[in-house]
Amino acid sequence: MKTANKKVTATRLVKDALEKAKHFEDYHIFTFLNEEGALKKAKEIDARIARGEKVGRLAGVPYALKDNFLSPEGETTASAHILEGFTSPVTATAVEKLEAEGAIMIGRTNLDAFAHGSSTENSYYGPTLNSHDRARVAGGSSGGSAVAVALDIVEFATGTDTGGSIRQPASFNGIYGFKPTYGTISRYGVVAMASSLDCIGFFTRTPEDMDLLMSIASGQDPKDMTTLPDYYNEAVASAKLDDSRLAPARPFAFGNSRPKGRALRGSGAHSAPVVADGLEPSNSCTRIGIVKEFDNDSVDTEIREALKEKCELLKSKGHEVVGLEMPTLKYALAAYYIIQPAEVASNLSRHDGIRYGFRSENSTDLDGLYEHTRDEGFMSENKRRIMTGNFVLSSGFYDAYFLKAAKARTLIVQEYEKAFSKCDFILSPVSPNPAFKLGEKVNDPVAMYLEDLMSVSLNLAGVPGLAIPAGKTKAGLPVGLQLVGPRRSDKRLIEFAKELA
Amino acid sequence: MKYIPTIGIECHVQLATKTKLFSEVDNDARGKEPNSCVSPVDYALPGMLPRLNGEAVRLAILAGRAMNCKINLESRFDRKHYFYPDSPKGYQITQFYHPIIGAGYVELPSGKRVAIEHAHLEGDAGKLTHFDTYSLVDLNRVDTPLIEIVSMPDIHSAKDAHDYCKELWRLMVYAGVSYGDLYNGNMRFDVNVSIAPEGATELGTRTEVKNLNSFRSVERAAEYEIARQTKLLESGEKIIQETRGWSDATGKTTGQRSKEEAKDYRYMPEPDIPPIRLSSEFVEDESTKLPLMPADYRKKFGGKLAGDTLEVLLDYPELMRKLGEVADEGAVLLSNLFASVLLAEEKSAEYLNDLPSAEDLNELCKMNLDKELSSTATKDVFLHLFDPQMRGRGTRTIAKELGIIQENDMGALEVIVDIVLAKPETAKAQADFKAGEEKVIGFLVGQVMKESHGKANPSAVQEILRKKLS
Repeated sequence: MKTANKKVTATRLVKDALEKAKHFEDYHIFTFLNEEGALKKAKEIDARIARGEKVGRLAGVPYALKDNFLSPEGETTASAHILEGFTSPVTATAVEKLEAEGAIMIGRTNLDAFAHGSSTENSYYGPTLNSHDRARVAGGSSGGSAVAVALDIVEFATGTDTGGSIRQPASFNGIYGFKPTYGTISRYGVVAMASSLDCIGFFTRTPEDMDLLMSIASGQDPKDMTTLPDYYNEAVASAKLDDSRLAPARPFAFGNSRPKGRALRGSGAHSAPVVADGLEPSNSCTRIGIVKEFDNDSVDTEIREALKEKCELLKSKGHEVVGLEMPTLKYALAAYYIIQPAEVASNLSRHDGIRYGFRSENSTDLDGLYEHTRDEGFMSENKRRIMTGNFVLSSGFYDAYFLKAAKARTLIVQEYEKAFSKCDFILSPVSPNPAFKLGEKVNDPVAMYLEDLMSVSLNLAGVPGLAIPAGKTKAGLPVGLQLVGPRRSDKRLIEFAKELA
Repeated sequence: MKYIPTIGIECHVQLATKTKLFSEVDNDARGKEPNSCVSPVDYALPGMLPRLNGEAVRLAILAGRAMNCKINLESRFDRKHYFYPDSPKGYQITQFYHPIIGAGYVELPSGKRVAIEHAHLEGDAGKLTHFDTYSLVDLNRVDTPLIEIVSMPDIHSAKDAHDYCKELWRLMVYAGVSYGDLYNGNMRFDVNVSIAPEGATELGTRTEVKNLNSFRSVERAAEYEIARQTKLLESGEKIIQETRGWSDATGKTTGQRSKEEAKDYRYMPEPDIPPIRLSSEFVEDESTKLPLMPADYRKKFGGKLAGDTLEVLLDYPELMRKLGEVADEGAVLLSNLFASVLLAEEKSAEYLNDLPSAEDLNELCKMNLDKELSSTATKDVFLHLFDPQMRGRGTRTIAKELGIIQENDMGALEVIVDIVLAKPETAKAQADFKAGEEKVIGFLVGQVMKESHGKANPSAVQEILRKKLS
């Protein structure tokens, strides 16, 4: 991460970033450019550097903020018409932590309205273009943030991931995108999509940057009761206490007869081995699981090739690749598209045109006010999810849909626990295809939802996933893979990603 | 045909926490500007998350224990969805599936028991004021912590409905769970009434009278509904299941909305609040903080005090607490002073907050029992114990300053009696008494009292007179 110093000032870094943002204006990356505010902050940091004062770990680093994070700088619109004109009086915890270290927000980035979508085409402000092919989608919902980092406008960008909204656009644009363990970063001040699935995370160009951002932004927040007790920065030490260890260690290996100690595979190649049972210390070998259910014709050939190549790379570095059967994952998409819309419908209830945001003028009574404000203020994808969500929660349907999905979710959690008793990490594609063409799927919701096939199960299980760049297709489109770990293995996961570079 | 009424009551109790159920904003909005006790969380800005107030959980435990209820060690919150401007989030956070308070019962003064089905924590809604062409929204009350207490349909008369509500009020106030200020809506009752022919195995169709805020209106509304439903059934008509409103002014209920078009609240587990998990040790520890409750006082004073006096005093927890502090010998006297003297005073409400010390009251009782104070003097000193000028000086000092300590010294009294008997104007009365005219003794006692400037103990005086005139 390039921080400001006496030679390269924060003002310089911010001006460069703003200039690049303007240069790429036609990509529709930003919904707001924070020119005045960013330069003012840059000057303050430069003054502190000039006085020889201590500055933060992100001093003068320009970043892009997904437009569903609340802060008083610029309107927080979530790229939705219904939040037009809404300036927040409060600041998201994540934003506070970044800015406390000196990071400077140069702009708010485009997204599918309320993060509903996998292409950023559902934005009220129009789609963001792919960094590698302007005829293709940026991915979504955090499309603007991904492209801002991929085009080198900023060092990093924030994102939210409810079913793949960080990992998929990261893979469509050839950068790193991390969805942490659920509850690692406070959701306070981030426009909620589906509360039990939403995770805050980042886009970066290196695993090192990701680690730095995670060590800054993670941690328990009294304002978010679902945050986990601090663990990220103590991750190496607490590897011994990791969830995965609670499952019995199984001396079971796919395709490898080499005898293994029942060692705890702690924190990848770079950490001290952890001894268990007094047997031989674990070497730097890590077991990587490959999900058999994802290895079929529905996944693009070039993506499957990329996965194979990475497996070979890992083997050549002395790691072990094991096959995994995870049959329950086939219920993930269905469960996700019940639980997520239910929570979406609930969370969007507050947008009624009464206290903030857009209010339709075409109403004469209360019901009309609700009806017209919500009809004009929401995008059709928002409405689709509100309808679905209210349907699955209706009395008479709750048991058949929501409750059943909740049970499937429990099975998926158990499926991951089982998988991580057999391997340390899972490597899989992020999405079945590389970036698709603009307009190709926007009118076919089911085709669009299928894009989320391999990403949503992580959100249901609450486990972390890091999208990593894995080369390009022959047509020059980035290919991404995701590295998945057990809950709270976040630091080790990011660390291990270096092995795949 | 005779009809048996069946009544079940839901009661919303506002908890006396410092801050709201899900935010750090002041929970007491009395006398404050509309929308001044509202945080971004209550106001439901996007991205805001509820933070559960631990004090509300503690008070819920006390409330549950006050009603002899089981406390559920794991409970959860749910969202109840509806659109209305009094609900900024578009849903109420409540406990639909897993309430914190389980089954229990409330015992009425009559000894009857009303079973509690469950009680749960939830946030209150805001307040709307309607005008001709517009309505104003005040969100101060949004997410004030409530417990909703749901009774079983165990009540069979309007009087018992009244007594149940009153007993609930007492339990909540004694437990310190609520301020119990009915005027400000601290407790609100929804009364479900149905009637069925005597001996029927199934309950009749019920109506629900919502938002009653006094025991009297609960009783009147229940009476009205029983009569209305009886009349309907007797004339062969059907009862419609519906919500009805009550008007204190007209003394009638009127139909509001029928349950057929009842809303679907689309309940969903609240994903922003993890389940509440309590250890049984914690619940026990908290339960020990429950002070003496009405049942305890009934046990303590039941044999001594007149039943109706006790029930009157039980409406004043401050008085009962004080009564519990003073020596047992004085309890009867004090309970009478409280019930018939203090509560008759114009400023009694003010006095309740600042009662005399137990020490002063014990002294007062002792002086009365020792006949140093007549019953009139006792009342007089009692009231002076509230006088800002006098209080703090001690009971005896006040009595001395008032100059109303009775003369009980027989020797001294005899001297005064002799003086009176020597007076010529008493000669006729003495003669009359000796001739058997019993009632003139009153005149003679009065003369002695006058001579003693009111300080003589009249019964002692009478005793001496009788002796001397026999």
